[in-house]
Amino acid sequence: MATTDETDWAGLLVKVRDHQDRAAFAALFRHFAPRVKAFLMKSGAGAALAEECAQDVMATLWQKAHLFDPSRASVATWVFTIARNRRIDALRKARRAEPEELDWGPDPEPDQAEVMEAQQETERLGRALAALPASQRVLIERAFYGELSHSEIAAETGLPLGTIKSRIRLALEKLRHQLG
Amino acid sequence: MTTIRHHLSDQLLMAYAAGQLPEAFNLVVATHVSLCDECRARAASFDAVGGALLEEAEEIAMGEDALTRALERIEGLPQATRSEPLKPAGIFPAPLADYVGGDLSAVRWRKVGGGVKQAILPTGKDASARLLYIPAGTAVPDHGHRGMELTLVLQGAFADENDRFGRGDIEIADEEVEHTPVALAGEDCICLAATDAPLRFRGLIPRLAQPLLRI
Ligand SMILES: [Zn+2]
Repeated sequence: MATTDETDWAGLLVKVRDHQDRAAFAALFRHFAPRVKAFLMKSGAGAALAEECAQDVMATLWQKAHLFDPSRASVATWVFTIARNRRIDALRKARRAEPEELDWGPDPEPDQAEVMEAQQETERLGRALAALPASQRVLIERAFYGELSHSEIAAETGLPLGTIKSRIRLALEKLRHQLG
Repeated sequence: MTTIRHHLSDQLLMAYAAGQLPEAFNLVVATHVSLCDECRARAASFDAVGGALLEEAEEIAMGEDALTRALERIEGLPQATRSEPLKPAGIFPAPLADYVGGDLSAVRWRKVGGGVKQAILPTGKDASARLLYIPAGTAVPDHGHRGMELTLVLQGAFADENDRFGRGDIEIADEEVEHTPVALAGEDCICLAATDAPLRFRGLIPRLAQPLLRI
């Protein structure tokens, strides 16, 4: 990948997935666990609970690695969804129904261009977030850190989400076509 | 897939991605997304916003022995292997079948009059979810638009003055919406409805007393 401090998280998670690679897991842990802990604390968890839940999230990352498809989502997005679900369990004690799993597993030979695109989305969105007016960025953060109720959430993000939607839409069409 | 014309709002999808919806709404969103690739893709794009926020988040150091503990912990953890997703054969997508404990035959309907039946699903109290069974040609019971009300069609269709809603379509109504939906002739209509207002049944009896069969 492009810059030196940018690690190939997807490559590491694929190693965890395919070879139960502990060194790869340790690298993922060092990067993501402190972020998950911060995310949970900003969402209202105390330090001890956040630490415990971050441990759970990373263990889930290990356990569910077989579901990770690097051509569908970036590792950061994947970790976020696990952390969000853990937060719902721990803090809101509500159940979150998940959509029906599609009949697609990780493609053993994913298209490398598609993988690259999916993995770069996080970085691209991060830049777009940073470029937003502060007031708007704060609203998005408050929504995701659980400070806004669903009726207070303003859906207009100002972020370029259309490209991500289109990419996934295309992949879904391809899949439906294959399932025929 | 049937053509779905009425979709989830960005607000609902973002709240779902952020984990901020009441349980009953989560169920409706997950059920619609199971039927709708368009909203599945939109939902994933909101997940990506969460991913970007996580990546940008400041770090808060884990305890000193955190990594050691994590490595010890995964030592004992089997990695689940991929199993074929369960694809329910009936009209309920997986998340709904999960709540009902099966398909249509597992629903414990209660008659509410005029041939209309309902079954309240067990969810958290901040919003409620129920299945509605409305015989073809019958008015949809007034589901009281206080707060927000979501109605997802699973079988048959209903229509109001302005629009038609078939399988997979979702109607999002708030306090301002005033309409008289009627289940269309043909197939009996089955819907999943959720509201964040307390359930009320006012309006049901009067309306059924003078059935609206005009459509
Ligand atoms: Zn949709």
